[in-house]
Amino acid sequence: MAYSEELIRSLKEKGQVLRRDCIKCIGVGVAGHVGGSCSSADLVAALYFHKMKVDPKNPEWEERDYFLLSKGHVAILQYAALAEKGYFPVEDLPHCKDIGFYLQGHPHLGIPGIEAGTGSLGQGLSLGSGMAIGLKMDGKPNRVYVLVGDGEMDEGQIWEAAMSSSAKKLDNLCAIIDNNGLQAMGVIKDRLPNEPVADKWKAFGWNVIEIDGHNMEEILEALDEAEKFKGAPTAIVAHTVKGKGISFAENQVGYHNRALTQEEFDKAMEELA
Amino acid sequence: MAETNQRNAYGKTLVELCRENKNIVALDADLGGSTMGKMVEIEPGMEERHIEMGIAEANMISTAGGLARVGKIPFCSSFAVFTAGRAFDQIRQSIAIGKLNVKICGSSAGCSDFGDGATHQSVDDIAYMRVIPNMSVFVPADANETVAVIKYMASHEGPMYMRVNRNPYDNVTPEGAEFVPGEPVVLKEGTDVAVFACGIMVIKALEAAKALEGKISVKVVNVRSIKPLNRESVIDIAKSVKGCVTAEEHSIIGGLGGAISEALRLERVPVEFVGINDRFGSSAHNYKDILDYLGLTSDHIVEAVEKINSL
Repeated sequence: MAYSEELIRSLKEKGQVLRRDCIKCIGVGVAGHVGGSCSSADLVAALYFHKMKVDPKNPEWEERDYFLLSKGHVAILQYAALAEKGYFPVEDLPHCKDIGFYLQGHPHLGIPGIEAGTGSLGQGLSLGSGMAIGLKMDGKPNRVYVLVGDGEMDEGQIWEAAMSSSAKKLDNLCAIIDNNGLQAMGVIKDRLPNEPVADKWKAFGWNVIEIDGHNMEEILEALDEAEKFKGAPTAIVAHTVKGKGISFAENQVGYHNRALTQEEFDKAMEELA
Repeated sequence: MAETNQRNAYGKTLVELCRENKNIVALDADLGGSTMGKMVEIEPGMEERHIEMGIAEANMISTAGGLARVGKIPFCSSFAVFTAGRAFDQIRQSIAIGKLNVKICGSSAGCSDFGDGATHQSVDDIAYMRVIPNMSVFVPADANETVAVIKYMASHEGPMYMRVNRNPYDNVTPEGAEFVPGEPVVLKEGTDVAVFACGIMVIKALEAAKALEGKISVKVVNVRSIKPLNRESVIDIAKSVKGCVTAEEHSIIGGLGGAISEALRLERVPVEFVGINDRFGSSAHNYKDILDYLGLTSDHIVEAVEKINSL
């Protein structure tokens, strides 16, 4: 095993911490993106707490790696990661969505650690691609990671960016697909079926790695392999479970953006402990 | 001799600016031969500064946002219908909310792409771009002003949209004049009626003023900066005459007429619009025909000035 048990254990725990932060922040009685936050949590934990070169005390550090949340609706997950990493106080998280507060419902520039505004789906990969082009032009080694939702792949712009990124041979760009199989209003395969996802990215000229998006070892191996691969961008197709870690929310369409009852909240916090 | 085609002025100046500033890059969506962004691509030593994005304008605009975020100054060019129109949401979200330093060129704007018809004629881009917070919107009156505007865009931070005409016509502004955003410029003094015009309608307004010489004294104002627009300056000009006319190669809804009327909303000043009357364009065999067909001539300005003067 290339990674120590301690590293794997601590990153798994970070994933759970992020899930707890999200649920605490979403709270009771107000809708929040429970499902997609939980499916992406292990991927985000691996990036911020192991893989990426970042400096929370200097968010605009020139040598940093970039992370973009193209599926911007799970902003709370990225905010949790940024807060736990030390970009801003964890105590600020519950104030997300307060009028005029810096932590808005979707990521936007101005929040420490946020690299671009996202929310209207399909734009994050293009933004990341632009960063990767610019960094390459300047001969810089920084890497760019973009988390894309599988429902988001409905957006045509994702495939425009898939084409241009491979055309420009952006091996400093890594797209991570949170392939949880659900979208806001239903099961993807019953709506606009997107399989075979991995083959689609391969056909667009990407290096593709398929993993279990909740297996920390596989996540770390894929991120390292992506970094080593030269000549094309890498897509990590991470098979995940929407609502992961919360038994009643797992694989449930209804928990995409849902208000929790007090009972659900308590049970979720207990299960994520 | 000064360039009279805005597209050529745009391309040549972009090449110059690329030479001066290593961070400037030109993006095109398979129309570089029309926008003249291609001039960067074919300039020896500049090939890498031109980024061909294929026929994918939405991706071009968001990619430019990423480039700006890592310190580049991207100029994105395509026809106005494909930048302001097709990529509206990308301009709004990827660029404007975060105030990214991206420059957008709406080329072959208005009905200047006369042959291609309604699909390719932007009767609405000023309105789209003007309504987005943080965006600046510039409409140069001629090729000389195009040079000044693009130079300003390259050296000032923030998202900016510039409208460029496809066809050559005589310059009405001096070569090398400074561009100051926000300020309308009086090109010809007059005491009866002020015509606020932009783009090709500036030269038409000057023709109208000449035709009315000895009958009605017309002040011609070049509004090359639709946004920002200094409200006090507009009010001062409007109050120096009996009434105003706006003239634009754009819908009368939401464009220059809208901007001037908003500025004058608390003033007792009549305003008449010369523009495209809530309709799409049409194919034509030449530029003059489509301008005549849509009511964008000096005669239409004369008529509007006479109407205001007789109130």
